[in-house]
Amino acid sequence: MADILTLKKINKTYGEKTKNPTQVLFDLDLSFEEKSFNSIIGQSGSGKSTLLNIIGTLDKPTSGEVFFNDVSLKGYSKEQLAEFRNQSIGFIFQFHYLLPEFTALENVLMPYKISKKEITTQVMKRAEELLDIVGLEKFKNNLATNLSGGQQQRVAIARSLINNPKIVLADEPTGNLDSDTTENVYKLLREINEKFETTFIIITHDRHIAEKTDRVIEIKDGRINLDIKK
Amino acid sequence: MKLAFQIAKRFLFSAKKQTIVIILGIAIGVSVQVFIGSLISGLQDSLVDSTIGSRSQITISIEDDYISDYQNEITLIKNSSDNIESITPTISTSGSLVNNDLSQIVVLRGMEFETADDIYKLTDKLVEGRLPTSNNEIVLGKNLKDLLSINIDDTIAFESPVPYSDTYTVVGFFDFKVKEINNTWVLTNLSTVQTLINEPGMVSQIEMQLIRVFDAKETAIELESVLSSDYSISTWIAENEELLSGLNGQSISSLMIQIFVIISVVLGISSVLAITVLQKSRQLGILKAMGIKDNDASKIFLFEGLILGVFGALVGILLGIGLSFAFATFAVNPDGSPVIPLTIDYGFIALSGVIAIVASTVAALSPAIKSSKLSVIEVIRNG
Repeated sequence: MADILTLKKINKTYGEKTKNPTQVLFDLDLSFEEKSFNSIIGQSGSGKSTLLNIIGTLDKPTSGEVFFNDVSLKGYSKEQLAEFRNQSIGFIFQFHYLLPEFTALENVLMPYKISKKEITTQVMKRAEELLDIVGLEKFKNNLATNLSGGQQQRVAIARSLINNPKIVLADEPTGNLDSDTTENVYKLLREINEKFETTFIIITHDRHIAEKTDRVIEIKDGRINLDIKK
Repeated sequence: MKLAFQIAKRFLFSAKKQTIVIILGIAIGVSVQVFIGSLISGLQDSLVDSTIGSRSQITISIEDDYISDYQNEITLIKNSSDNIESITPTISTSGSLVNNDLSQIVVLRGMEFETADDIYKLTDKLVEGRLPTSNNEIVLGKNLKDLLSINIDDTIAFESPVPYSDTYTVVGFFDFKVKEINNTWVLTNLSTVQTLINEPGMVSQIEMQLIRVFDAKETAIELESVLSSDYSISTWIAENEELLSGLNGQSISSLMIQIFVIISVVLGISSVLAITVLQKSRQLGILKAMGIKDNDASKIFLFEGLILGVFGALVGILLGIGLSFAFATFAVNPDGSPVIPLTIDYGFIALSGVIAIVASTVAALSPAIKSSKLSVIEVIRNG
């Protein structure tokens, strides 16, 4: 299977201009196959979140390049990166980050609205379908603040999929959920991976969860310590 | 654009209390502006009206001589300027009114009552009797009634230093609310005075009122160019420099008040919106992660400023007009007339509203720039 995403010689140093710069990533080379279901594990401070942010173009590497479908993102302007994120990447964060001022359905539609395309009945239907997939069809008109933590996280999952992204990046998506809900959320992500053939890169500190993915990458002190494919 | 507006609307709506407080803040600023503006312009109008409203604003005369073909000159003046509201010829002489052993020095003014009424509003000022309708009838300032102890239908002698004298019938009294005029003016028709001083068909001056009183100088220059150089032309502006500088002072101080009100409104909105950017940094972070462009992110706050400005201006204008009417209704003289008659100038009110809206949007600029600079990674890392 072709690689959808490739990282070449990624270095990241924080506080470069200060007296005590901290390097968190060292010459990382990594690639991800299309339609794969990957997890990245590592202790806190290992650099895994920084890696995910660089993959998601939210942060820039100090040196090295990120290739998406063999195209380097290095020369992209802020605007171009924003558009790239909007079209090609879905984000799921630990603290779900829904917009509390909007309803579940509006939150799901938000990435589509950001792309400035007209809301068609088709898109509306897709948003409702996604909410149905995550089991929240009934709650679509609830304000985000009126949903439980697990429900909010499922809305965030539906939201990450609205623009049909090639990759979904998830940073501890179940970090603040109880174990039953965690189990359900993973099942859901897996189903989506199979149904929509979306590539998933999931950060977790939970080995039990990581073992259920197709590939486990362990980051330790900014370097790849383990890379196991099933 | 549409999305930024929707988000702005939703942000404002979800923080109702805060939004209402900001709108009230802007509204109070606008209402003060509307109220002060109406008050000052009302004050100025009433001051101008009471000072020059009932007197000649441009006067034409020939030094030490009379004007003979005044009807021609009046036609000429009317045709040469579009600023003439009303125009009338007068002829004056001075002398004493004598009633037995009482006597008063007075100015006897001959007038063409049909046109003079437009300037002097004599009909309104009559407190007793009527205006003269035939020769040798006079109306007097009301103070002369007591000073000379005379009444309507009495006859009274007029004597002047040059040996002219006659007797006149009193037909009425007027009140100009100016002591000097009430003490000295005696009004009659033109021919009575012309006959007395033996100058038939002559007048001593042509007086006029203007449509735009503050253009008196320009109008005087227009008249100068068409009239013979024998005439001297005087304007109210030249005679009332103090009044004019007082009016200017008022205008400037009212402008200053309005500028400071705008500044405080701008600072208020700016600081509240700056706090909103902090409050909404989580939302901005996620919007940016989802790919909203910096430009659109900053538009959210510009729209917030615009929406706040529009509602603040509307509420403020209503409050301001309400305040003005309340003032006109409750701050009244004993006779029920308002202490200061307010002038509601809708153009000025609309301008105040527009200024508030522009100022609110400008106030949102700095928070908007701040929001466009907000880094996603900061927000995400700090949870």
